[in-house]
Amino acid sequence: MSDEKRIDDATGTETTGHTWDGIEELNTPLPRWWLWTFYATIVWGVIYTILFPAWPLVSGATSGVLGWSTRGDVAADIEAVNLSNAELRDSLVSIDLAVLEENEPLHRFAVSAGASVFANNCSQCHGAGAAGVQAAGYPNLLDDDWLWGGQITDIADTVRHGIRNEDDPDARWSEMPAFGDMLEREEIAALVAHVQALGGLEHDTTLAATGSELYLDNCASCHADNGLGDRTVGAPNLTDAIWLYGSSDEALTETIANARFGVMPPWGERLGEAQVRAVSAYVHGLGGGERPVGE
Amino acid sequence: MDYLKLVTLGLVAFAAALLASLGHDLAYKVHAAIIMVVAGGMFLWTLKGMEQDAPVLATPTGYMDGPIRYGVIATAMWGVVGFLAGTFIAFQLAFPALNFDWGQPFTNFGRLRPLHTSAVIFAFGGNALIATSFYIVQRTSAARLWGGNLAWFVFWGYNLFIVLAATGYLLGATQSKEYAEPEWYVDIWLTIVWVAYLAVFMGTILNRKERHIYVANWFFLAFIVTVAMLHIVNNLSIPVSLLGSKSVQVFAGVQDAMTQWWYGHNAVGFFLTAGFLGMMYYFVPKQANRPVYSYKLSIIHFWALIFLYIWAGPHHLHYTALPDWASTLGMVFSIVLWMPSWGGMINGLMTLEGAWDKIRTDPIIRMFVASLAFYGMSTFEGPMMSIRAVNSLSHYTDWTIGHVHSGALGWNGLITFGALYFLTPKLWGRKEMYSVPAINLHFWLATIGIVFYAASMWVTGIMEGLMWREVDANGFLVNSFADTVEAKLPMYVVRGLGGVLYLAGAIVMVWNMWMTIRAPKTVAIATPAE
Repeated sequence: MSDEKRIDDATGTETTGHTWDGIEELNTPLPRWWLWTFYATIVWGVIYTILFPAWPLVSGATSGVLGWSTRGDVAADIEAVNLSNAELRDSLVSIDLAVLEENEPLHRFAVSAGASVFANNCSQCHGAGAAGVQAAGYPNLLDDDWLWGGQITDIADTVRHGIRNEDDPDARWSEMPAFGDMLEREEIAALVAHVQALGGLEHDTTLAATGSELYLDNCASCHADNGLGDRTVGAPNLTDAIWLYGSSDEALTETIANARFGVMPPWGERLGEAQVRAVSAYVHGLGGGERPVGE
Repeated sequence: MDYLKLVTLGLVAFAAALLASLGHDLAYKVHAAIIMVVAGGMFLWTLKGMEQDAPVLATPTGYMDGPIRYGVIATAMWGVVGFLAGTFIAFQLAFPALNFDWGQPFTNFGRLRPLHTSAVIFAFGGNALIATSFYIVQRTSAARLWGGNLAWFVFWGYNLFIVLAATGYLLGATQSKEYAEPEWYVDIWLTIVWVAYLAVFMGTILNRKERHIYVANWFFLAFIVTVAMLHIVNNLSIPVSLLGSKSVQVFAGVQDAMTQWWYGHNAVGFFLTAGFLGMMYYFVPKQANRPVYSYKLSIIHFWALIFLYIWAGPHHLHYTALPDWASTLGMVFSIVLWMPSWGGMINGLMTLEGAWDKIRTDPIIRMFVASLAFYGMSTFEGPMMSIRAVNSLSHYTDWTIGHVHSGALGWNGLITFGALYFLTPKLWGRKEMYSVPAINLHFWLATIGIVFYAASMWVTGIMEGLMWREVDANGFLVNSFADTVEAKLPMYVVRGLGGVLYLAGAIVMVWNMWMTIRAPKTVAIATPAE
């Protein structure tokens, strides 16, 4: 344990004279650039805290001479975007949706806005490409099969209030009974075969014949005698190739025995009218949108 | 004395058995069973020891290296476990099918992720810190560890904490605080162990035969004391039941968030920075055989770092419910912290003045140099990311993950590997590591792995930040979240490959350590310098 200062050969610097387990320390002064950069950051820090909200006081804090705040910053950003397209937004809210397509610039604006609304709010269930999730109850929005109507005003209503949710009294509502409590196993199997027959699928013909009568007694009031469904109660068309929850024996048995209860949240309050209309225009334009009869 | 021990252990085992049957949830019951087995095992071991003659009670002399040897092995073992878990969850993110159905819910990403972070930070890093601090404090104080078997208690107690934490995550016990996930009783146990750690460390320093306290020990002491404070405050909670693992935080809302990130940031600052700087200040001058560059710089940067770090936490909460003033202060302190952080890098790198050629000839020195370079890089990147304007792009993106890993894999990982290569031959009385070329191989595997990791996360992080804010001519957002997920896939695969390389390097190291320890003893084990 030597406490002797010495000059280090390699650097020509004096040591401090302390040694620990053979480790010595040089008495090199602080690197100038390091020290001045450190001072500069401190000076910058003091100035910055004067300009921006920084120092806590007894109640509240200094607000900074620039009057800047994160909330103000975001509000200004939103304000700027809103101002830039205020005119289009206002016209979108006031126009009769049925004639939106005739106003080309406004329609183009609505569709581009709607694409963004869809990507950020709807794609989680309906998919980024709006193709839904096959057989999982998230409808494909690209086809022309509509549960609650495919005109732009119908779509806007669905978006605004949602489906079978408790949050909006105007939500679209219907409830298919769970027939597992009312029918026998064999009867449900017969119904499954009949529904498959309606859809033009491979099925058990003997069972389907029995199922035909059961269908008229139990199902036709909503799905109609011919199986075309009823949009006023969201009863799906059973004769097309689109099966929201699948068309296998297993899937249809589940549907009939326990029923399905697809829910969609209401978006009116969250998105606001302009965005509801925009996303409706977007969905309507995806391919399956319907137009009022007679045009 | 032994009877007292037997009675205590017996009671603990009995109580644990009782709790294992009364517990309300699976994690609690399994933990009680683990404690029962541990206490029961110790009971039998003590009983067996009693049959033999009482040991000679002469005061042991020399350094106490037993717990350090165990610590070195535990560090290497936990390192491999942590890197393996990390590599696996990296691939889970790239290929979600790896969240196997048969492994649910135990092996899904959500449960394995804290297992990975705790395994690398607390198991790998923590064991490295305890082992090296015990080694360094003895050598630089020329004194044996204070407290006799207390050092063994610290080692085993800490590793029991890790086992309880890790099994708890897999079984679903978590208080949902990042890097502070373990539930209340595990926290209490760690507090006890940590106080013992402080006592051993402090006692050894007080017994020192050197006049001054070496700089490495300042950093270790700051690390131990501050982590104790952070751990206790951030884990203040009330158990829902003494028979269950669930607890409720004392703080709520933004206060809870602020406390959490005060803790989280200083876990980085004091655990992963101050503690590892303590390692750096011993191993770099030792391995280079050069004096520390600047005593003045070590004093100034130590106090500046300790004072400034503790205020920087709010930069984790920019643009949240946190008031703007707190966010500003967090950012300002982070930027002022830049030079104090770099002080450690300068002091480490410049210590090689007069020995630069060793970077070419000595792979351990090369590891230390690369480690300091990554330290310098991430302590520049950190202050930069704390600037609000930068943070509005980087926050919530993979850039943050990349930043953390260039620090963790580069700085903490490489310096720990270097320390293990330094310690292994010395602790087991060998001249040098079994294979020096294997150290070199490890260096390159690890370095290339880190480059893969950091580069891929910069690309995907900045890309996703830009995609999230991309708007079209009308001011509408262009991308959905799923678009960014899809775009990131190639980079996620690259990141996983980086992990594979890093893990491979660690396995080479374990093999090298194993061969070194198995080799015949060639050198006498060190004794305190007089």
